[in-house]
Amino acid sequence: MKADLSKLLQRKKKQILESWIQHQLVDETLREDLMSNEELREQSEELVNALLKSLSDKVFADADAPELEPVYEILAGISISRARQGFSPKETGLYVFSLKNALQEVLDEEAKDDPQFLYDSIKRINKLMDNLGVLTFETYIKGREEVILRQTDEITEISTPVIRVWDGILALPIIGTLDSARTQVVMENLLQEIVNTGSTIAILDISGVPAVDSLVAQHLIKTVSATRLMGAECIISGIRPEIAQTVVHLGIDLSNIVTKASLASALKYAFGLMKLDVKRIQKDIKS
Amino acid sequence: MDRIPILRMGRFLLVTIQIDLYDRLATNLESDLVQMVNKTGARGVLIDISALSIVDSFMGRILGNIGSMSKIMDAETVVVGMQPAVAITLIELGLELKGVHTALNVEKGMELLQEKIGADDLDDPDEDSAE
Repeated sequence: MKADLSKLLQRKKKQILESWIQHQLVDETLREDLMSNEELREQSEELVNALLKSLSDKVFADADAPELEPVYEILAGISISRARQGFSPKETGLYVFSLKNALQEVLDEEAKDDPQFLYDSIKRINKLMDNLGVLTFETYIKGREEVILRQTDEITEISTPVIRVWDGILALPIIGTLDSARTQVVMENLLQEIVNTGSTIAILDISGVPAVDSLVAQHLIKTVSATRLMGAECIISGIRPEIAQTVVHLGIDLSNIVTKASLASALKYAFGLMKLDVKRIQKDIKS
Repeated sequence: MDRIPILRMGRFLLVTIQIDLYDRLATNLESDLVQMVNKTGARGVLIDISALSIVDSFMGRILGNIGSMSKIMDAETVVVGMQPAVAITLIELGLELKGVHTALNVEKGMELLQEKIGADDLDDPDEDSAE
C-alpha cells in the first residue's frame, strides 16, 4: 500500500493543529505576556491551513514550488511581527519546529505498521520543515534589523539639536562619532536653522566627539565651508588636548577655521563679532 | 535673447537671479557683469541667488569666476541668500567659492559691502578728496 502523505496529513488537520497548540502551551518558552493564547491559536491555525492546503508530492520534492508561496508569506509575516514584539530567536525558532513534532506524532500513529512509509514521510517532512525554519530565521533577523535601523534613525534625529543661544547665534553640540550620514543630517539641520532664524554665527561644539580622524575632520571642514557659503560664520569649539594632538599628527589643516577651546570662549568670540559686550551690573552706590 | 538684468545702486551693482540658470545665460551674465563693472566703476557686486534651487559645477565655477574677475577690477562680490541644498551641493562638488563673500540676505549683504568699501575709502585719499 502506497498511502499519499499529503492526503493523510490533510485529513488529520484538526489533530495536527490540536497537538501543535498543545506542544506550544506546555512549552516553557510560551510567552503569555507578549501574545494571548487566542491570538496564538489563530496564528497557528492560519499557518497549518495554508501549509496543508499547499501540500503535494511536488512540494515535498521542491522547496521553491510556487504552491508554497502563501505559506512562506504567512510565516514571514509571523516571524517579522514576533521580532518586533520582542520574542527571542529561540522562542521564534521553537514555534516553527514544534509543528514538526506535531506532524511526526500524527504520522507515528497513522503509519505504525508501515516502517518504510513512516521513514520516507518523516524524511520528507523534516526537509520541508527545515526549510520553513531557515526562512523563519531569515525573516526574523530582517525584522530585527528593521527595528535597529529605525532606532538608528531616531537616534540621529535626536542627537543633532540646533540651539539658539543668542539672537543670531546658533550652537550645535555634537555627541558621539561623526560619520558621513550623520554629518549630512547635522549639516542640513544647521543650514536650515540658519535660514529659519537668520543667524550669522554658528558654533559647532565637538566636546562630545570621542575621537577625530581625518574623515571626521573632513566632514567638519565641509560643514564649516557650507555654513560660510550661506553667509554665516562657523566656529568650532570644544577641541580637547587629545584631539588637538591627533589633528596635528594627522597633518590636517584647520588653520582657516576659527577654533576655540570651550563653548564659553566661542560664545565670547561670537559676541565680539556681533559687537556685543557682557558686563557685570555695577551696584549703584548711594552717595 | 534672455538676459539677467543688472541694476545699479550707487556704487554697487545688484543682480537678482529669479529663474534657474542655464549655461548660456550664466556665461552671458558673467560677461555683462564684467562690462558693467568697467562702465560704471562699481565698487561692489551683490548677487542674490535665493531663488536658485539647482546648481551644478558649471554654475559654481561661473560664480567663482565672477568673484575673481570683479576682484581684479577692484570690486567686491557678495553672494547672498544661498539655499542650504545649494550650499551642500557646492561643498560636495569641492567648490568653496574662494574670493566671494557671502551673506544671509540682501540686507546683510549690503551691510557687508558698505563695510568693505567704507574701509577701503578711508585708506584711499583720492576718493576722500573727490567726495
